[in-house]
Amino acid sequence: MKLPIYLDYSATTPVDPRVAEKMIPYLCEHFGNPASRSHSFGWVADAAVEEAREQVADLVGADPKEIVWTSGATESNNLAIKGAANFYAGTKGKHIITVKTEHKAVLDTVRELERQGFEATYLDVQENGLLDIEVFKAAIRPDTVLASVMFVNNEVGVIQPIAELGEICREKGVIFHVDAAQATGKVDIDLSKLKVDLMSFCAHKTYGPKGIGALYVRRKPRIRLEAQMHGGGHERGFRSGTLPTHQIVGMGECFRLAKEEMAEENKRVGALRDRLLKGLQDMEETFVNGDLEHRVAHNLNISFAYVEGESMIMAIKDLAVSSGSACTSASLEPSYVLRALGRNDELAHSSIRFSIGRFTTQEEIDYAINLLKAKVGKLRELSPLWEMFKDGIDLSTVQWAAH
Amino acid sequence: MFRPAYLDHNATTPLDPAVLTAMLPWLESQFGNASSRHEFGRAARRAVDEARQQIAAAVNAHPTEIVFTSGGSEANNLFLKGAAASLKPGLIAVGATEHPCVLKPAVQLAGQGWQVRQLAVDGAGRLDLADYAEALLVKPKLISVMTANNETGVVQDVAALASAAKAAGGWFHTDAVQVLGKLPIDFRVLNASGVHAMTLSAHKAGGPKGAAALVLDKRVELQPLIAGGGHERGLRSGTENVPAIVGFGIAAELAAQRVAELSLRLRAMQVKLESGLVTLGARIFATEASRLANTSYFAFPDIDGETLVGKLDREGFAVASGAACSSANPEPSHVLRAMGVAPEIARGAVRVSLGAGNTETEINQFINALQLTVGRLQGLTAIAV
Repeated sequence: MKLPIYLDYSATTPVDPRVAEKMIPYLCEHFGNPASRSHSFGWVADAAVEEAREQVADLVGADPKEIVWTSGATESNNLAIKGAANFYAGTKGKHIITVKTEHKAVLDTVRELERQGFEATYLDVQENGLLDIEVFKAAIRPDTVLASVMFVNNEVGVIQPIAELGEICREKGVIFHVDAAQATGKVDIDLSKLKVDLMSFCAHKTYGPKGIGALYVRRKPRIRLEAQMHGGGHERGFRSGTLPTHQIVGMGECFRLAKEEMAEENKRVGALRDRLLKGLQDMEETFVNGDLEHRVAHNLNISFAYVEGESMIMAIKDLAVSSGSACTSASLEPSYVLRALGRNDELAHSSIRFSIGRFTTQEEIDYAINLLKAKVGKLRELSPLWEMFKDGIDLSTVQWAAH
Repeated sequence: MFRPAYLDHNATTPLDPAVLTAMLPWLESQFGNASSRHEFGRAARRAVDEARQQIAAAVNAHPTEIVFTSGGSEANNLFLKGAAASLKPGLIAVGATEHPCVLKPAVQLAGQGWQVRQLAVDGAGRLDLADYAEALLVKPKLISVMTANNETGVVQDVAALASAAKAAGGWFHTDAVQVLGKLPIDFRVLNASGVHAMTLSAHKAGGPKGAAALVLDKRVELQPLIAGGGHERGLRSGTENVPAIVGFGIAAELAAQRVAELSLRLRAMQVKLESGLVTLGARIFATEASRLANTSYFAFPDIDGETLVGKLDREGFAVASGAACSSANPEPSHVLRAMGVAPEIARGAVRVSLGAGNTETEINQFINALQLTVGRLQGLTAIAV
């Protein structure tokens, strides 16, 4: 077994060797610019781009014409939210609804629109991380232009009720955007049934390459966007810039594999997750964050009370895991997602996100369980807080003196 | 298998084998997210930092001046819209022969209260200095003039242009995507002359598609185009494309190492090619200007460019008519129009852009094929008349 063990598949995944194999010819002999119309180098690249577009559309029940290539989910989220908000502000209004547990790519984008004169409502979630449909409904105003709700949360893995939310949005005439970066290959997505207008995807969370994503833009009823990147008019004017053929081919292939193998993989990965949960559950004062039922199979997020987060990360170096989401872990702020679930700062700091994937083995899970039990036990032995807790002192009533 | 000769390097270049070798580990075994704090993430971060240093060294910039983007179009959009968003609207001056990813963002800004002035060029594609001086009197807040044109290969003296603009006090940007690997680039010298930002792209210089950079003087305040997470000093959010960035780093390093030798070799092939073209009766554009050693842009009287490149493709030569990025657009080239070339001549435009892999033999074969093809097409035209 190789250490460290990678249990951070929600941050990024390795490119599946089968995907890499498909990509390499488009780095080597088929290097043409897909926009070159005058020779076979261009045509070959363009054909590969269009095949990948079909593969991506196929996984999510969309028409290939509804898929716009971007550089990743962050760009897709920016294009969807700014593009639709700006295009429809004049006709629909300037109010946006989103959720406190969204990815920064959504939250920062909405904040930027607020600075430009939009109004935003950031909805709370329930303790289990799920959005209350009634709360969502109540937030809609006559001037609500757009709502953005993620399909699967990156930190706690909960699956939001996208179908129901879509129905409400359609009925109220609100444009509905869904960040599905964490959802592809994890949950069934059928855009022929879901009433979603815009959906963001990326490849690198689904065993494809970094640097490539897509935005689904519904055609019936047609959604229009203000482009964010202007130039040669690629992607029917939605997004200019030379298409990175090899990355697009990789995204197509990894989505094709996801469709083919998703059911089996979720079973296998889910069993490993349950094994991990079972192994950790009998430890005292550990808390699972987020609903366990409405949750993707590969995620487990646990708070280990009375353990200081940073010492924990140092102690379990053999495990490549996240404390808080990868994109924000440069800061030492407690995870805003866990705070939104009602966890206090201490529990938020002492949380670990385990995300299991295609190449995780049972041996690795067992190693992780043993390591965690040993290290958490040891850290707690050193902790005065743990000692006080064991002595039956309610720490919330303690008056701390400043020195 | 028959393999056509690739003579379209200004559209995109084949990946250098050394670049591929450097990239591959970052796809499969070393796949971490550069923002992750564990070993997989830290290794990815180190790789991104090393590439940043390689690119900075290749163009004599400081690593902290490199902002990675997904491509040259994004970098140009980021500079123009990002700088504009930090300023009160005023005049933006862009070269008339700029790439659409500079011209179109300028048009967008026009909708936001900016005045847009296209800087005129002369018949050889060089910026018209009288028109430029006049524009400077209005004190443009943003100026963007490309270092080398993708269609004609015309090289502007951006150091001199930026220097002249210093007194006007605006930010000066240059799109240099066609320059990396073809001419030496020294951002420190340019910066001292008054160039504040420069766009580079990996795939025009033996690197992969999907990685590019805005080289940015830190005094320039920019609003990001893509928000969310605060990557690249807050100027460009989104998970770093580690393999492509690593490839860009190596490609830039190789480009800088090879530029002197390569440009001599390209120039020799260009001379050979163009003497052949002249013999066949072609009109070559912008010959009076200083041009890239790899680019020849020409037309034959009464021969449609689209038709000619189609025939040449069947003969085994991949060339372009007009710029690749707007090849879907049947309008005659805006570059030639700006140079005052008559539309009926512009419609004949064909671009040959050479690269490291091309040989003198290919040039000879190309001239022979061209002679036959042009002969046949002119025969047809004569009959039609």
